[in-house]
Amino acid sequence: MATAAGVFTNTVFGFILTFAYTALWEQRDGLGGYGLSQALTYVWVGQALLMAMATMGGGFQDELIERIRSGDIAVDLFRPADLQLWWLAHDLGRAAFHLLGRGVVPLLVGGAVFDLAFPGGPLPWAAFLLSVLLGVVVSYAIRFLVVLSAFWLLDGQGVVQISALVAMFFSGMLLPLTVFPGLLGEVARMLPWASMLQVPADVFLGKYGGWELAGAYGFQAGWALALLAAGRVLQSVAVRRVVVQGG
Amino acid sequence: MWVRSTMVYRTSFLLTALGNFATTALDFVAILLMFSHVEALGGFGFAEVALLYGTSATAFGLAHLLLGGMDGLGARVRRGSLDGMLVRPVPLLAQVAADGFKLRRIGRLAQGLLVLGWSLAVLEAEWTPLTVLMVPVAVVSGAAIFGALLVAGGSFQFWAQDAAEVQNSFTYGGTTLLQYPPTVFARELVAGTVFVVPLAFVNWLPVLFVLGRDDPLGLPGWVDFLSPLVAVVCWVPAGLVWRAGLGSYRSAGS
Repeated sequence: MATAAGVFTNTVFGFILTFAYTALWEQRDGLGGYGLSQALTYVWVGQALLMAMATMGGGFQDELIERIRSGDIAVDLFRPADLQLWWLAHDLGRAAFHLLGRGVVPLLVGGAVFDLAFPGGPLPWAAFLLSVLLGVVVSYAIRFLVVLSAFWLLDGQGVVQISALVAMFFSGMLLPLTVFPGLLGEVARMLPWASMLQVPADVFLGKYGGWELAGAYGFQAGWALALLAAGRVLQSVAVRRVVVQGG
Repeated sequence: MWVRSTMVYRTSFLLTALGNFATTALDFVAILLMFSHVEALGGFGFAEVALLYGTSATAFGLAHLLLGGMDGLGARVRRGSLDGMLVRPVPLLAQVAADGFKLRRIGRLAQGLLVLGWSLAVLEAEWTPLTVLMVPVAVVSGAAIFGALLVAGGSFQFWAQDAAEVQNSFTYGGTTLLQYPPTVFARELVAGTVFVVPLAFVNWLPVLFVLGRDDPLGLPGWVDFLSPLVAVVCWVPAGLVWRAGLGSYRSAGS
Protein backbone atom coordinates (compact mmCIF):
# COMPACT_ATOMS: atom_id res chain seq x y z
CA MET A 1 0.00 0.00 0.00
CA ALA A 2 2.73 2.43 0.98
CA THR A 3 4.65 1.51 -2.19
CA ALA A 4 1.61 2.09 -4.40
CA ALA A 5 1.07 5.45 -2.73
CA GLY A 6 4.70 6.30 -3.29
CA VAL A 7 4.56 5.39 -6.97
CA PHE A 8 1.54 7.67 -7.30
CA THR A 9 3.46 10.55 -5.72
CA ASN A 10 6.51 10.05 -7.96
CA THR A 11 4.22 10.00 -10.98
CA VAL A 12 2.43 13.20 -9.95
CA PHE A 13 5.74 15.02 -9.48
CA GLY A 14 6.92 13.57 -12.79
CA PHE A 15 3.98 15.21 -14.53
CA ILE A 16 4.46 18.58 -12.85
CA LEU A 17 8.15 18.72 -13.70
CA THR A 18 7.48 17.51 -17.23
CA PHE A 19 5.25 20.50 -17.91
CA ALA A 20 7.67 22.94 -16.31
CA TYR A 21 10.61 21.53 -18.28
CA THR A 22 8.55 21.60 -21.48
CA ALA A 23 7.92 25.32 -20.99
CA LEU A 24 11.65 25.83 -20.43
CA TRP A 25 12.96 23.65 -23.27
CA GLU A 26 10.45 24.92 -25.82
CA GLN A 27 12.10 28.30 -25.46
CA ARG A 28 15.65 27.04 -25.13
CA ASP A 29 16.04 23.80 -27.05
CA GLY A 30 19.36 22.14 -26.31
CA LEU A 31 19.64 23.75 -22.88
CA GLY A 32 22.17 21.88 -20.77
CA GLY A 33 22.98 19.72 -23.78
CA TYR A 34 19.54 18.10 -23.83
CA GLY A 35 16.82 18.16 -26.44
CA LEU A 36 13.23 18.30 -25.17
CA SER A 37 12.78 14.54 -25.28
CA GLN A 38 16.05 14.01 -23.39
CA ALA A 39 15.14 16.60 -20.78
CA LEU A 40 11.81 14.88 -20.15
CA THR A 41 13.56 11.52 -19.95
CA TYR A 42 15.80 13.08 -17.32
CA VAL A 43 12.72 14.01 -15.27
CA TRP A 44 11.32 10.49 -15.25
CA VAL A 45 14.66 8.81 -14.61
CA GLY A 46 14.96 11.18 -11.65
CA GLN A 47 11.55 10.18 -10.28
CA ALA A 48 12.41 6.51 -10.81
CA LEU A 49 15.70 6.84 -8.91
CA LEU A 50 14.51 9.12 -6.10
CA MET A 51 13.75 6.35 -3.63
CA ALA A 52 16.42 3.90 -4.75
CA MET A 53 19.05 6.59 -4.20
CA ALA A 54 17.36 7.64 -0.94
CA THR A 55 17.95 11.20 -2.12
CA MET A 56 15.66 12.53 0.59
CA GLY A 57 17.36 10.38 3.21
CA GLY A 58 15.83 7.37 4.85
CA GLY A 59 16.66 3.71 4.78
CA PHE A 60 18.87 2.65 7.65
CA GLN A 61 19.39 6.18 8.93
CA ASP A 62 16.58 6.48 11.46
CA GLU A 63 17.16 3.02 12.87
CA LEU A 64 20.90 3.50 13.32
CA ILE A 65 20.48 6.97 14.82
CA GLU A 66 17.99 5.53 17.28
CA ARG A 67 20.49 2.83 18.22
CA ILE A 68 23.16 5.46 18.81
CA ARG A 69 20.79 7.59 20.86
CA SER A 70 19.55 4.71 22.97
CA GLY A 71 23.00 3.20 23.46
CA ASP A 72 22.18 -0.07 21.66
CA ILE A 73 25.06 0.78 19.36
CA ALA A 74 27.40 -0.61 22.00
CA VAL A 75 26.04 -4.08 21.26
CA ASP A 76 26.54 -3.60 17.52
CA LEU A 77 30.14 -2.58 18.02
CA PHE A 78 30.91 -5.86 19.77
CA ARG A 79 29.53 -7.90 16.88
CA PRO A 80 32.04 -9.64 14.60
CA ALA A 81 30.45 -8.02 11.53
CA ASP A 82 31.80 -4.66 10.42
CA LEU A 83 29.29 -1.88 11.17
CA GLN A 84 29.78 0.01 7.92
CA LEU A 85 29.66 -3.03 5.63
CA TRP A 86 26.74 -4.56 7.50
CA TRP A 87 24.56 -1.53 6.88
CA LEU A 88 25.86 -1.18 3.33
CA ALA A 89 24.56 -4.67 2.55
CA HIS A 90 21.28 -3.69 4.19
CA ASP A 91 21.07 -0.52 2.12
CA LEU A 92 21.84 -2.26 -1.19
CA GLY A 93 18.92 -4.59 -0.58
CA ARG A 94 16.67 -1.62 0.18
CA ALA A 95 17.81 0.14 -3.00
CA ALA A 96 17.11 -2.94 -5.14
CA PHE A 97 13.61 -3.18 -3.70
CA HIS A 98 12.89 0.48 -4.37
CA LEU A 99 14.33 0.33 -7.87
CA LEU A 100 11.81 -2.37 -8.73
CA GLY A 101 8.94 -1.24 -6.54
CA ARG A 102 9.12 2.49 -7.15
CA GLY A 103 11.33 2.88 -10.16
CA VAL A 104 9.74 0.80 -12.90
CA VAL A 105 6.18 2.11 -12.82
CA PRO A 106 6.92 5.86 -13.02
CA LEU A 107 9.30 5.19 -15.90
CA LEU A 108 6.64 3.16 -17.72
CA VAL A 109 3.96 5.79 -17.14
CA GLY A 110 6.26 8.57 -18.28
CA GLY A 111 7.25 6.56 -21.34
CA ALA A 112 3.63 5.81 -22.19
CA VAL A 113 2.45 9.42 -22.00
CA PHE A 114 5.45 11.36 -23.29
CA ASP A 115 8.04 10.82 -25.98
CA LEU A 116 11.02 9.71 -23.93
CA ALA A 117 14.49 8.73 -25.13
CA PHE A 118 14.96 5.19 -23.85
CA PRO A 119 18.23 3.41 -24.50
CA GLY A 120 18.11 0.67 -27.12
CA GLY A 121 19.46 -2.79 -26.43
CA PRO A 122 20.52 -4.56 -23.25
CA LEU A 123 24.06 -3.15 -23.10
CA PRO A 124 23.09 0.49 -22.42
CA TRP A 125 20.61 -0.71 -19.78
CA ALA A 126 23.39 -2.71 -18.10
CA ALA A 127 25.67 0.33 -18.26
CA PHE A 128 22.91 2.37 -16.58
CA LEU A 129 22.36 -0.19 -13.82
CA LEU A 130 26.08 -0.28 -12.99
CA SER A 131 26.04 3.50 -12.68
CA VAL A 132 22.98 3.27 -10.43
CA LEU A 133 24.76 0.73 -8.23
CA LEU A 134 27.79 3.03 -7.84
CA GLY A 135 25.43 5.93 -7.13
CA VAL A 136 23.72 4.00 -4.35
CA VAL A 137 27.09 3.27 -2.73
CA VAL A 138 28.00 6.97 -2.84
CA SER A 139 24.61 7.84 -1.37
CA TYR A 140 25.08 5.26 1.35
CA ALA A 141 28.57 6.52 2.20
CA ILE A 142 27.22 10.06 2.60
CA ARG A 143 24.29 8.95 4.75
CA PHE A 144 26.58 6.85 6.92
CA LEU A 145 28.67 9.96 7.63
CA VAL A 146 25.50 11.84 8.49
CA VAL A 147 24.41 9.14 10.91
CA LEU A 148 27.76 9.23 12.69
CA SER A 149 27.13 12.86 13.56
CA ALA A 150 24.51 11.53 15.99
CA PHE A 151 27.36 10.41 18.24
CA TRP A 152 27.96 14.08 18.94
CA LEU A 153 24.47 15.55 18.54
CA LEU A 154 22.40 12.59 19.86
CA ASP A 155 19.36 13.81 17.94
CA GLY A 156 20.30 13.44 14.31
CA GLN A 157 17.13 14.81 12.67
CA GLY A 158 18.54 18.21 11.85
CA VAL A 159 21.63 16.94 10.06
CA VAL A 160 19.59 14.29 8.28
CA GLN A 161 17.29 16.96 6.94
CA ILE A 162 20.02 19.33 5.84
CA SER A 163 21.82 16.48 4.15
CA ALA A 164 18.63 15.49 2.31
CA LEU A 165 18.29 19.05 1.03
CA VAL A 166 21.82 19.24 -0.20
CA ALA A 167 21.34 15.86 -1.90
CA MET A 168 18.10 16.98 -3.58
CA PHE A 169 19.74 20.10 -4.93
CA PHE A 170 23.20 18.87 -5.90
CA SER A 171 22.12 15.50 -7.30
CA GLY A 172 20.25 17.42 -9.98
CA MET A 173 16.81 16.30 -8.82
CA LEU A 174 15.30 19.79 -9.10
CA LEU A 175 17.09 20.82 -12.27
CA PRO A 176 19.86 19.06 -14.23
CA LEU A 177 23.29 20.14 -13.05
CA THR A 178 24.21 20.84 -16.67
CA VAL A 179 21.68 23.70 -16.57
CA PHE A 180 23.26 25.29 -13.48
CA PRO A 181 25.05 28.43 -14.68
CA GLY A 182 28.80 29.14 -14.57
CA LEU A 183 30.93 28.29 -11.62
CA LEU A 184 28.01 26.91 -9.61
CA GLY A 185 27.44 24.36 -12.36
CA GLU A 186 31.10 23.41 -12.57
CA VAL A 187 31.35 22.90 -8.83
CA ALA A 188 28.02 21.05 -8.63
CA ARG A 189 29.10 18.59 -11.31
CA MET A 190 32.28 17.76 -9.36
CA LEU A 191 30.58 17.11 -6.02
CA PRO A 192 29.73 13.54 -4.94
CA TRP A 193 25.96 14.09 -5.19
CA ALA A 194 26.28 14.25 -8.99
CA SER A 195 26.74 10.45 -8.78
CA MET A 196 23.20 10.08 -7.51
CA LEU A 197 21.28 11.32 -10.54
CA GLN A 198 23.21 13.45 -13.01
CA VAL A 199 25.75 10.74 -13.90
CA PRO A 200 23.31 7.78 -14.05
CA ALA A 201 20.83 9.85 -16.06
CA ASP A 202 23.54 10.84 -18.54
CA VAL A 203 24.55 7.19 -18.86
CA PHE A 204 20.87 6.39 -19.48
CA LEU A 205 20.73 9.04 -22.19
CA GLY A 206 23.87 7.63 -23.81
CA LYS A 207 25.92 10.79 -23.24
CA TYR A 208 29.09 8.83 -22.56
CA GLY A 209 30.86 6.75 -25.19
CA GLY A 210 33.78 4.36 -24.62
CA TRP A 211 36.41 5.87 -22.36
CA GLU A 212 34.09 8.65 -21.23
CA LEU A 213 31.89 5.98 -19.71
CA ALA A 214 34.86 4.56 -17.84
CA GLY A 215 35.60 8.09 -16.67
CA ALA A 216 32.04 8.46 -15.38
CA TYR A 217 32.30 5.21 -13.47
CA GLY A 218 35.70 6.31 -12.16
CA PHE A 219 34.16 9.54 -10.87
CA GLN A 220 31.47 7.62 -8.99
CA ALA A 221 33.77 4.90 -7.69
CA GLY A 222 36.35 7.48 -6.61
CA TRP A 223 33.81 9.35 -4.51
CA ALA A 224 32.42 6.09 -3.13
CA LEU A 225 35.85 4.98 -1.92
CA ALA A 226 36.82 8.39 -0.55
CA LEU A 227 33.56 8.76 1.38
CA LEU A 228 33.60 5.21 2.70
CA ALA A 229 37.15 5.79 3.92
CA ALA A 230 36.09 9.03 5.58
CA GLY A 231 33.25 7.15 7.26
CA ARG A 232 35.74 4.58 8.49
CA VAL A 233 37.94 7.26 10.07
CA LEU A 234 35.03 9.11 11.65
CA GLN A 235 33.63 5.87 13.01
CA SER A 236 36.86 5.04 14.85
CA VAL A 237 36.95 8.55 16.33
CA ALA A 238 33.30 8.29 17.35
CA VAL A 239 33.74 4.90 18.95
CA ARG A 240 36.65 6.13 21.04
CA ARG A 241 34.60 8.94 22.53
CA VAL A 242 31.31 7.07 22.69
CA VAL A 243 29.42 7.46 25.92
CA VAL A 244 26.88 4.73 26.15
CA GLN A 245 23.80 6.01 27.88
CA GLY A 246 22.96 4.24 31.09
CA GLY A 247 20.55 1.41 31.54
CA MET B 1 4.67 20.24 25.62
CA TRP B 2 5.65 19.45 22.04
CA VAL B 3 7.43 22.74 21.79
CA ARG B 4 9.32 22.21 25.02
CA SER B 5 10.34 18.68 24.08
CA THR B 6 11.67 19.98 20.78
CA MET B 7 13.73 22.60 22.55
CA VAL B 8 15.64 19.97 24.52
CA TYR B 9 17.79 19.38 21.45
CA ARG B 10 18.25 23.02 20.59
CA THR B 11 20.89 22.55 17.88
CA SER B 12 18.71 20.02 16.16
CA PHE B 13 15.66 22.30 16.36
CA LEU B 14 17.56 25.15 14.75
CA LEU B 15 18.86 22.83 12.05
CA THR B 16 15.41 21.40 11.30
CA ALA B 17 13.75 24.82 11.24
CA LEU B 18 16.52 26.00 8.96
CA GLY B 19 16.03 22.81 6.98
CA ASN B 20 12.33 23.50 6.54
CA PHE B 21 13.20 27.00 5.46
CA ALA B 22 15.78 25.78 2.99
CA THR B 23 13.74 22.86 1.59
CA THR B 24 11.29 25.18 -0.01
CA ALA B 25 13.92 27.84 -0.63
CA LEU B 26 15.80 25.45 -2.90
CA ASP B 27 12.64 24.95 -4.97
CA PHE B 28 12.70 28.67 -5.46
CA VAL B 29 16.39 28.62 -6.32
CA ALA B 30 15.60 26.03 -9.00
CA ILE B 31 13.03 28.42 -10.49
CA LEU B 32 15.60 31.21 -10.23
CA LEU B 33 18.08 29.05 -12.15
CA MET B 34 15.46 28.43 -14.83
CA PHE B 35 15.05 32.19 -15.19
CA SER B 36 18.79 32.57 -15.69
CA HIS B 37 18.14 31.01 -19.10
CA VAL B 38 14.77 32.48 -20.08
CA GLU B 39 12.94 35.79 -19.72
CA ALA B 40 9.54 34.24 -19.06
CA LEU B 41 8.05 30.86 -18.26
CA GLY B 42 4.69 30.18 -19.83
CA GLY B 43 4.49 33.91 -20.53
CA PHE B 44 5.04 34.89 -16.89
CA GLY B 45 7.99 37.01 -15.76
CA PHE B 46 10.11 36.22 -12.72
CA ALA B 47 8.31 38.57 -10.31
CA GLU B 48 4.98 37.10 -11.39
CA VAL B 49 6.14 33.54 -10.87
CA ALA B 50 7.53 34.65 -7.50
CA LEU B 51 4.07 35.92 -6.56
CA LEU B 52 2.55 32.55 -7.48
CA TYR B 53 5.29 30.82 -5.52
CA GLY B 54 4.94 33.10 -2.49
CA THR B 55 1.16 32.77 -2.22
CA SER B 56 1.25 28.99 -2.68
CA ALA B 57 4.10 28.44 -0.22
CA THR B 58 2.61 30.76 2.40
CA ALA B 59 -0.85 29.19 2.20
CA PHE B 60 0.54 25.69 2.47
CA GLY B 61 3.03 26.70 5.18
CA LEU B 62 0.15 28.02 7.27
CA ALA B 63 -1.97 24.89 6.81
CA HIS B 64 1.03 22.66 7.46
CA LEU B 65 1.95 24.48 10.66
CA LEU B 66 -1.57 24.13 12.05
CA LEU B 67 -2.62 20.73 10.72
CA GLY B 68 0.64 18.94 9.93
CA GLY B 69 -0.11 16.51 12.77
CA MET B 70 -2.52 14.73 10.40
CA ASP B 71 0.54 13.05 8.86
CA GLY B 72 0.94 10.91 11.95
CA LEU B 73 -2.64 9.65 12.02
CA GLY B 74 -1.89 6.50 10.01
CA ALA B 75 0.73 5.41 12.53
CA ARG B 76 -1.70 5.95 15.41
CA VAL B 77 -4.41 3.94 13.67
CA ARG B 78 -1.91 1.11 13.01
CA ARG B 79 -0.78 1.05 16.62
CA GLY B 80 -4.26 1.57 17.99
CA SER B 81 -2.92 4.45 20.07
CA LEU B 82 -5.81 6.65 19.04
CA ASP B 83 -7.75 5.13 21.93
CA GLY B 84 -5.99 7.35 24.43
CA MET B 85 -7.13 10.42 22.57
CA LEU B 86 -10.72 9.27 22.23
CA VAL B 87 -11.27 9.32 25.96
CA ARG B 88 -10.00 12.86 26.43
CA PRO B 89 -12.63 15.59 26.62
CA VAL B 90 -11.18 17.57 23.73
CA PRO B 91 -12.36 17.30 20.11
CA LEU B 92 -10.34 14.57 18.44
CA LEU B 93 -9.59 16.63 15.35
CA ALA B 94 -7.94 19.30 17.48
CA GLN B 95 -5.87 16.69 19.28
CA VAL B 96 -4.72 14.98 16.10
CA ALA B 97 -3.90 18.32 14.49
CA ALA B 98 -1.79 19.32 17.47
CA ASP B 99 -0.25 15.87 17.77
CA GLY B 100 3.51 16.20 17.52
CA PHE B 101 3.13 19.92 16.82
CA LYS B 102 6.32 20.92 15.11
CA LEU B 103 7.38 24.48 15.56
CA ARG B 104 10.12 23.90 13.00
CA ARG B 105 7.41 24.03 10.33
CA ILE B 106 7.57 27.76 10.85
CA GLY B 107 10.64 27.63 8.59
CA ARG B 108 8.49 26.76 5.58
CA LEU B 109 6.02 29.52 6.34
CA ALA B 110 8.77 32.09 6.84
CA GLN B 111 10.28 31.28 3.48
CA GLY B 112 6.94 31.59 1.71
CA LEU B 113 6.30 34.96 3.34
CA LEU B 114 9.74 36.17 2.36
CA VAL B 115 9.25 35.38 -1.32
CA LEU B 116 5.72 36.77 -1.19
CA GLY B 117 6.96 40.03 0.32
CA TRP B 118 9.74 40.33 -2.20
CA SER B 119 7.46 39.68 -5.16
CA LEU B 120 4.95 42.26 -3.96
CA ALA B 121 7.75 44.80 -3.61
CA VAL B 122 9.12 44.38 -7.13
CA LEU B 123 5.93 43.56 -9.00
CA GLU B 124 4.68 46.18 -11.42
CA ALA B 125 0.96 45.70 -10.99
CA GLU B 126 -1.81 48.25 -10.91
CA TRP B 127 -2.79 48.17 -7.29
CA THR B 128 -6.36 48.96 -6.45
CA PRO B 129 -8.00 48.37 -3.05
CA LEU B 130 -9.53 45.23 -4.53
CA THR B 131 -6.27 43.70 -5.76
CA VAL B 132 -4.51 44.63 -2.52
CA LEU B 133 -7.21 42.83 -0.57
CA MET B 134 -7.07 39.86 -2.89
CA VAL B 135 -3.60 38.73 -1.74
CA PRO B 136 -4.32 38.12 1.96
CA VAL B 137 -7.75 36.69 1.12
CA ALA B 138 -6.13 34.23 -1.29
CA VAL B 139 -3.51 33.19 1.25
CA VAL B 140 -6.03 32.59 4.04
CA SER B 141 -8.51 30.80 1.75
CA GLY B 142 -5.64 28.82 0.28
CA ALA B 143 -4.53 27.74 3.74
CA ALA B 144 -8.10 26.60 4.45
CA ILE B 145 -8.27 24.64 1.17
CA PHE B 146 -4.95 22.94 1.91
CA GLY B 147 -6.15 22.34 5.45
CA ALA B 148 -9.29 20.59 4.17
CA LEU B 149 -7.07 18.45 1.93
CA LEU B 150 -4.88 17.54 4.89
CA VAL B 151 -7.91 16.55 6.95
CA ALA B 152 -9.53 14.58 4.11
CA GLY B 153 -6.23 12.89 3.29
CA GLY B 154 -5.56 12.21 6.95
CA SER B 155 -9.01 10.65 7.38
CA PHE B 156 -8.19 8.33 4.49
CA GLN B 157 -5.59 6.79 6.82
CA PHE B 158 -8.40 5.27 8.87
CA TRP B 159 -8.86 2.82 6.00
CA ALA B 160 -5.48 2.83 4.26
CA GLN B 161 -3.36 3.09 7.41
CA ASP B 162 -0.13 3.58 5.51
CA ALA B 163 -0.76 5.74 2.51
CA ALA B 164 0.23 9.18 3.73
CA GLU B 165 2.04 9.56 0.43
CA VAL B 166 -1.18 9.83 -1.58
CA GLN B 167 -2.03 12.82 0.54
CA ASN B 168 1.46 14.17 -0.09
CA SER B 169 0.91 14.18 -3.82
CA PHE B 170 -2.08 16.49 -3.38
CA THR B 171 -0.50 18.74 -0.76
CA TYR B 172 3.22 18.88 -1.56
CA GLY B 173 2.44 18.13 -5.19
CA GLY B 174 -0.24 20.81 -5.13
CA THR B 175 2.10 23.50 -3.80
CA THR B 176 4.69 22.60 -6.41
CA LEU B 177 2.07 22.71 -9.14
CA LEU B 178 0.81 26.13 -8.07
CA GLN B 179 4.32 27.57 -8.07
CA TYR B 180 4.32 27.50 -11.85
CA PRO B 181 1.98 29.55 -14.06
CA PRO B 182 -1.19 27.71 -15.14
CA THR B 183 -0.28 28.40 -18.77
CA VAL B 184 2.54 25.87 -18.47
CA PHE B 185 0.18 22.97 -17.92
CA ALA B 186 -2.23 21.08 -20.13
CA ARG B 187 -5.76 22.50 -20.14
CA GLU B 188 -7.22 19.30 -18.74
CA LEU B 189 -4.92 19.52 -15.74
CA VAL B 190 -5.90 23.15 -15.08
CA ALA B 191 -9.56 22.18 -15.43
CA GLY B 192 -8.94 19.46 -12.84
CA THR B 193 -7.66 22.06 -10.37
CA VAL B 194 -10.81 24.10 -10.83
CA PHE B 195 -13.51 21.45 -10.90
CA VAL B 196 -12.07 18.35 -9.17
CA VAL B 197 -9.48 19.28 -6.53
CA PRO B 198 -10.01 23.04 -6.26
CA LEU B 199 -6.32 23.98 -6.00
CA ALA B 200 -6.72 26.72 -8.61
CA PHE B 201 -8.55 28.77 -5.96
CA VAL B 202 -5.51 28.74 -3.68
CA ASN B 203 -3.61 31.15 -5.86
CA TRP B 204 -3.95 30.71 -9.63
CA LEU B 205 -7.31 32.43 -10.03
CA PRO B 206 -6.87 35.22 -7.46
CA VAL B 207 -3.31 35.96 -8.60
CA LEU B 208 -4.36 36.04 -12.25
CA PHE B 209 -6.87 38.69 -11.20
CA VAL B 210 -4.19 40.68 -9.38
CA LEU B 211 -1.94 40.48 -12.44
CA GLY B 212 -4.84 41.44 -14.70
CA ARG B 213 -4.56 38.30 -16.82
CA ASP B 214 -7.16 35.92 -18.17
CA ASP B 215 -7.18 32.34 -17.02
CA PRO B 216 -6.39 29.68 -19.63
CA LEU B 217 -9.90 28.20 -19.31
CA GLY B 218 -11.66 31.47 -20.06
CA LEU B 219 -13.81 31.31 -16.93
CA PRO B 220 -16.11 34.23 -16.12
CA GLY B 221 -14.45 37.00 -14.10
CA TRP B 222 -16.44 36.53 -10.90
CA VAL B 223 -14.91 33.07 -10.45
CA ASP B 224 -11.69 34.78 -9.32
CA PHE B 225 -13.48 35.94 -6.18
CA LEU B 226 -14.79 32.56 -5.14
CA SER B 227 -11.77 31.42 -3.10
CA PRO B 228 -13.25 32.04 0.39
CA LEU B 229 -16.49 30.32 -0.62
CA VAL B 230 -14.62 27.35 -2.12
CA ALA B 231 -12.55 27.09 1.06
CA VAL B 232 -15.70 26.87 3.16
CA VAL B 233 -17.27 24.36 0.80
CA CYS B 234 -14.10 22.20 0.88
CA TRP B 235 -14.49 21.67 4.58
CA VAL B 236 -17.88 19.98 4.12
CA PRO B 237 -16.61 16.81 2.41
CA ALA B 238 -13.46 16.95 4.57
CA GLY B 239 -15.63 16.92 7.69
CA LEU B 240 -17.81 14.12 6.34
CA VAL B 241 -14.81 11.96 5.43
CA TRP B 242 -13.35 12.62 8.86
CA ARG B 243 -16.57 11.51 10.59
CA ALA B 244 -16.94 8.44 8.36
CA GLY B 245 -13.30 7.49 8.95
CA LEU B 246 -13.61 7.88 12.68
CA GLY B 247 -16.78 5.79 12.60
CA SER B 248 -14.88 2.94 10.97
CA TYR B 249 -12.03 3.06 13.47
CA ARG B 250 -11.46 -0.21 15.27
CA SER B 251 -8.74 -0.28 17.85
CA ALA B 252 -5.70 -2.47 17.21
CA GLY B 253 -6.81 -4.98 19.81
CA SER B 254 -3.56 -4.69 21.72
